[in-house]
Amino acid sequence: MSGPGYVDALDLAAGAVLVCGVITLWRRDLRATVSALSLQGIALGVVAAVLAAHEHDVGLGVIAGLVLVAKGIVIPALLRRLVGHGPGSREGAASINVSASLVVAAALIVVAFLASGKLTALLPDTATHLTPIGLATVLLGFFLLVTRRKAVSQIVGLLLIDNGVALVAFLLTAGVPLIVELGASLDILLVVVVLRVLASTMHRTLGPFDLDQLRELHD
Amino acid sequence: MTATMTTTGLGASIVMSVVQLVMIVLGGPIVLGVMAKVRARAEGRIGAPVHQPLRDLRKLLTKEPIHAEHSSAVLAIAPFVLVGTAAVAIAVSPLVTTAPVLAHSADLFVVVFLLLMGSVALALAGLDAGTAFGGMGSSRAMTIGALAEPALLVAILALSVQAGTSNLPKIVAATLAHPSWAAGPERLLAFVAFLIVVLAETGRIPVDNPSTHLELTMVHEAMVLEYAGPELAIVTLGEAMRLGFLLSLAASLFLPWGIATSTNPLNLLIAVVALSAKVVVIAVGVALLEVRTAKLRLFRVPELLTGGFVLAVLSVVTGLVTR
Repeated sequence: MSGPGYVDALDLAAGAVLVCGVITLWRRDLRATVSALSLQGIALGVVAAVLAAHEHDVGLGVIAGLVLVAKGIVIPALLRRLVGHGPGSREGAASINVSASLVVAAALIVVAFLASGKLTALLPDTATHLTPIGLATVLLGFFLLVTRRKAVSQIVGLLLIDNGVALVAFLLTAGVPLIVELGASLDILLVVVVLRVLASTMHRTLGPFDLDQLRELHD
Repeated sequence: MTATMTTTGLGASIVMSVVQLVMIVLGGPIVLGVMAKVRARAEGRIGAPVHQPLRDLRKLLTKEPIHAEHSSAVLAIAPFVLVGTAAVAIAVSPLVTTAPVLAHSADLFVVVFLLLMGSVALALAGLDAGTAFGGMGSSRAMTIGALAEPALLVAILALSVQAGTSNLPKIVAATLAHPSWAAGPERLLAFVAFLIVVLAETGRIPVDNPSTHLELTMVHEAMVLEYAGPELAIVTLGEAMRLGFLLSLAASLFLPWGIATSTNPLNLLIAVVALSAKVVVIAVGVALLEVRTAKLRLFRVPELLTGGFVLAVLSVVTGLVTR
């Protein structure tokens, strides 16, 4: 793939990654948040696929497929089972209101674009131009981790950070070697599985997991 | 583009602006009728014919004018300010043609502030009679407007960053010259932000429910509660014109194909048909969205509008970076 079609496709997919990041902050419904994360994973896979098609890189194509399946389907499915069905368990609790967090999100995105200006100036091409989106996604993930109180939201924040890092890796270096990417992806998958099991056990023994109510440690 | 602008005479520009005005004055109420019809069909009813709003206007115009006791001239003037500002905005904007009258002054700020003037006039009218509902409606409408107007400005600003000008006819002409822009991420973001603002500005469902007078939730209906007869007809017409205008502006800015770039009568006819088709498609989409969604709680409306604002900001940032 080359020419304007490549540029448009890359712009659109990277834009979708950023918009999905914003939607995770926008929606209160935890299931909608997880769906946004799923769409972000798919968009990330598409970014990798477009880059692979542009560079005729089979290894990157394989990674794109793996990313799409792992981050777009498997991890969100695990998280969705964690959201639960009890009353009040679907609403994500935030320590600042949604309007304020959206304004902060806009500010973080602008900061990301300003901060990575020097980075993109090093090698001005289409892919490098989009690295601010990766940085913005990382910042949004940190912000989600800091302000949300439900365990599911925090896992989503963690995964947002991972997606941002992966996006920067794809855009700057056209993907890390296959084996490293495999390791990183499996690592994240393992983390989510462990968190899921841990959260379920906590839920069974302690009830709902609002982190603000966690005042002391038990042994 | 500059060539077409200079070769278009003043007379032709005036004719085309009049065509735009007539189209929106008649088409605005019909768009309302179409949206009501789509809603009725989706709910399994037959619904009123699409020209029902026009009939309602005619009925209201024949009634006796009544003013609330103790009301001042503001109540009498506001409907005309609402319709007048909407009419000026329609006449100078590129809806049917890229060369309307006063095309050089048709800046995005001018058009947004004309709309704002109409909103302010209506809010003052709501306060004028001194009733509890009127004041409540005005306060709510201003709260929503204060959040929606910046989002509208920034959404159009995203397009003007891309086109390198804040003049609306030039933005449309630049989009015609670069068809690949229409599918770019900044355009999609700006379009979604624009639609959210249209829903808020025209009091459609996630923000306000135009078909109820429930005091807990009404916004626009509370403001115009004191109006009756011909003045109510003018206010309703003004609101319909604003809806028609915003939808037409969305169609022209984001999907400008079919718009007349010359004064050829055949081109003009094609432009009128194309604009009608685009607006009806967008209106049907909005109506279907309305059927699917429930009205938001009043305190959640700012979240929706801030979301629209952030999308618009994202659109500008993306536009600046991918240039």
